Amino acid sequence: MEKQKVDLSLLDGVLTEYASVKGSLITILQHTQDIYGYLPKEAIELISEKTGIATSEIMGVGTFYTQFRFEPVGKYLIMLCQGTACHVNSSELILQTIKDELHIEDGQTTEDGLFSLKCVACLGCCSLSPVMMINDDTYGSLTPDKTKKILKELREAAV
Amino acid sequence: MRIVIGQGSCGIAAGAEKVRKALLNTGIDPALISITGCIGMCYLEPIVDIYDDSDNLTRLVKVSEADAEAIKSYVENGDSAAIEKLIVSDEDSEFLNKQTRIALRNCGIINPEKIEAYIEKGGYTALKSCLTEKTPEDVIEIIKTSGLAGRGGAGFPTWFKWNAARQSAGDDKYLICNADEGDPGAFMDRAVIESDPHNLIEGMLIGAYAIGAKHAVVYVRAEYPLAIKRLTNAIKQAKEQGIIGENIFGTDFSCDFMIKAGAGAFVCGEETALIESLEGHRGMPRLKPPFPAQSGFWRKPSNINNVETFANVAWIVNNGGEAFAAMGTEGSKGTKVFAVTGKVKRSGLVEIPMGKTLRDVIFDIGGGMKTDKPFKAVQMGGPSGGCIPASLIDTVIDYKALGATGAIMGSGGMVVMDESTCMVGMAKFFLDFTAKESCGKCIHCRIGTKRMLEMLDRITKGEGKEGDIELLEELCYSIKDGALCGLGQTAPNPVLTTIKYFRDEYEAHINEKKCPAGECSDLIEYSIDADACRGCTLCARNCPVEAISGSVKQPHVINTDKCIKCGKCYSVCKFGAVKKA
Ligand SMILES: Cc1cc2nc3c(=O)[nH]c(=O)nc-3n(C[C@H](O)[C@H](O)[C@H](O)COP(=O)(O)O)c2cc1C
Ligand code: FES
Repeated sequence: MEKQKVDLSLLDGVLTEYASVKGSLITILQHTQDIYGYLPKEAIELISEKTGIATSEIMGVGTFYTQFRFEPVGKYLIMLCQGTACHVNSSELILQTIKDELHIEDGQTTEDGLFSLKCVACLGCCSLSPVMMINDDTYGSLTPDKTKKILKELREAAV
Repeated sequence: MRIVIGQGSCGIAAGAEKVRKALLNTGIDPALISITGCIGMCYLEPIVDIYDDSDNLTRLVKVSEADAEAIKSYVENGDSAAIEKLIVSDEDSEFLNKQTRIALRNCGIINPEKIEAYIEKGGYTALKSCLTEKTPEDVIEIIKTSGLAGRGGAGFPTWFKWNAARQSAGDDKYLICNADEGDPGAFMDRAVIESDPHNLIEGMLIGAYAIGAKHAVVYVRAEYPLAIKRLTNAIKQAKEQGIIGENIFGTDFSCDFMIKAGAGAFVCGEETALIESLEGHRGMPRLKPPFPAQSGFWRKPSNINNVETFANVAWIVNNGGEAFAAMGTEGSKGTKVFAVTGKVKRSGLVEIPMGKTLRDVIFDIGGGMKTDKPFKAVQMGGPSGGCIPASLIDTVIDYKALGATGAIMGSGGMVVMDESTCMVGMAKFFLDFTAKESCGKCIHCRIGTKRMLEMLDRITKGEGKEGDIELLEELCYSIKDGALCGLGQTAPNPVLTTIKYFRDEYEAHINEKKCPAGECSDLIEYSIDADACRGCTLCARNCPVEAISGSVKQPHVINTDKCIKCGKCYSVCKFGAVKKA
């Protein structure tokens, strides 16, 4: 997917609030990702400059936590649960369905930039397993057919 | 008349918000409609509770948007025929009636977004009585009498930790709540925060008073956005009412409150890793001692407890330590919340007094299996816990009794499995998890879990060798010995318990290259039973590699050379004609 030019002025508010508060690196990175959808290199450099934390350390923290991404994601970020309850209720089948439908692997984005897939461990809706979250919406009691239908609807909604 | 819609994460995922909007669209007086958190009957969501003017409850389950008009006609004209099919069955009501709710006492009853609702239920009276009538030592004594033990997994006596933090020198102390809830399959803490956030705040403030902390911090997992939202709102309300901040209730006790969102790392549930993460670092555990009680957050004395631990505190203060200690067993007091999931019929939150058995939870309350296959095992304690087999279903829920099985009480995840779950596959699933989540600090944990995962992977692919089981066991013990923190020390538990109780399954994989549960795709073969096949062609149309042939209304056959064992034919066949062996 084409990377857009990064508008660093969007970070002003976050950096004014947190840059000098000790222990705030993770919070700053979370806000940064909320703004850009990922952690752009330019933003990391700016954060380093304003906080005095070395870029190597920021990368160390960023890569430690699964929440952070260094590449842009698609319009729809599919977070597919692979937690215990979902595993026991055949989440593997749902993973296979998504891979077949979208031709992407875990961590990848479709060529049209519409869908990204990320496997996660437990979304806390285990009673509805198998579960996935797409952007802010949670979908439960998935079957391969239901999954295909959801993807189809989203694809249609996007055009 | 009041209409209350269950809006925990599960309810919303099942469509509760759509139901609420549909109800508003019918023109029912909006003032009658409100929300509550998680009722705990997650398998029946969305749930709509209708209270009449004398507060009698009519509970409607599996409600959809299409039912909005029927609900309106019941509410406005008393047309009970309209909603009859939605009313919860007596059997399902038993799911709640058989529970004893303390930590969850307000969940699914009050509106979690309104502090008034919590206060109306006697909220914050326990805090007030502590601050105005009791010394911190009195509070610690009450908790000691109650026998409350940490609900985060290890079951350490809460009073002891509070006392240690109280005794610690210095007056800049922190009280931290662990809401990282990393065990995949557990969601008790999420439910408490989403459904009764003020109960958590009250428990924490009482704890802060007891240890002498001026700062309270909640570390919540990032995957729980609704919990973060409701807790943020609750903190704001409590501040406005002077319950958080300076001179609480006019006393000289002051305490501020902060939320920090985690960023997705299981090891950050471990208390010293959590502190590292709070400070903005990689979540790598610290060497203990010094314990957090001496040197924790910013190297200040800190006390960390789990959400459910705090959720019991206000109740204990109000009802007395004796009332809590009256429930349970010799060594395990009070109640425990379990998130019962997997192949169980009634899946949701179950809070029961300690001393009940696993059978009580899974069969009596949970209703047994939802499939027609028999119960095989229950996984407790997540990646740090173990699998308890059907033969031990009468094990009592007690820290010691559960520990004796090789599993642990854990934080409350209870994943129920039937005969279709492969236990070697389950061990591999957990090792895959811990290998990914190992922070990498200790070699035994970082490399040991990886080697174990590789071996389990080989075994499930039919490439197991004689001696593999023994080698796995040896690795398990060396990882336990060599790891610094609880993650590595407990990571082998799922492997050890499955070997202990399901050794024959490991042997079948290794010696006969068979997966008795029929789950490991490399070890099974699909075929079509010609007598059962009606020739509907559904399987052939769904096969991604065109391995199935046959004409309409004629029995089909699978070309096993072409078959990639994806199992699609097996799952789509409506006549049970596809067999796997
Ligand atoms: C790898 C690992 C993960 C943990 N995850 C959690 C967790 O998600 N929630 C929790 O409350 N405790 C967790 N714990 C236990 C904590 O370290 C700590 O014992 C607990 O929060 C103390 O609170 P309690 O005494 O109220 O149980 C974890 C421990 C380990 C070793
Ligand atoms: S295991 Fe999938 S939502 Fe919890």
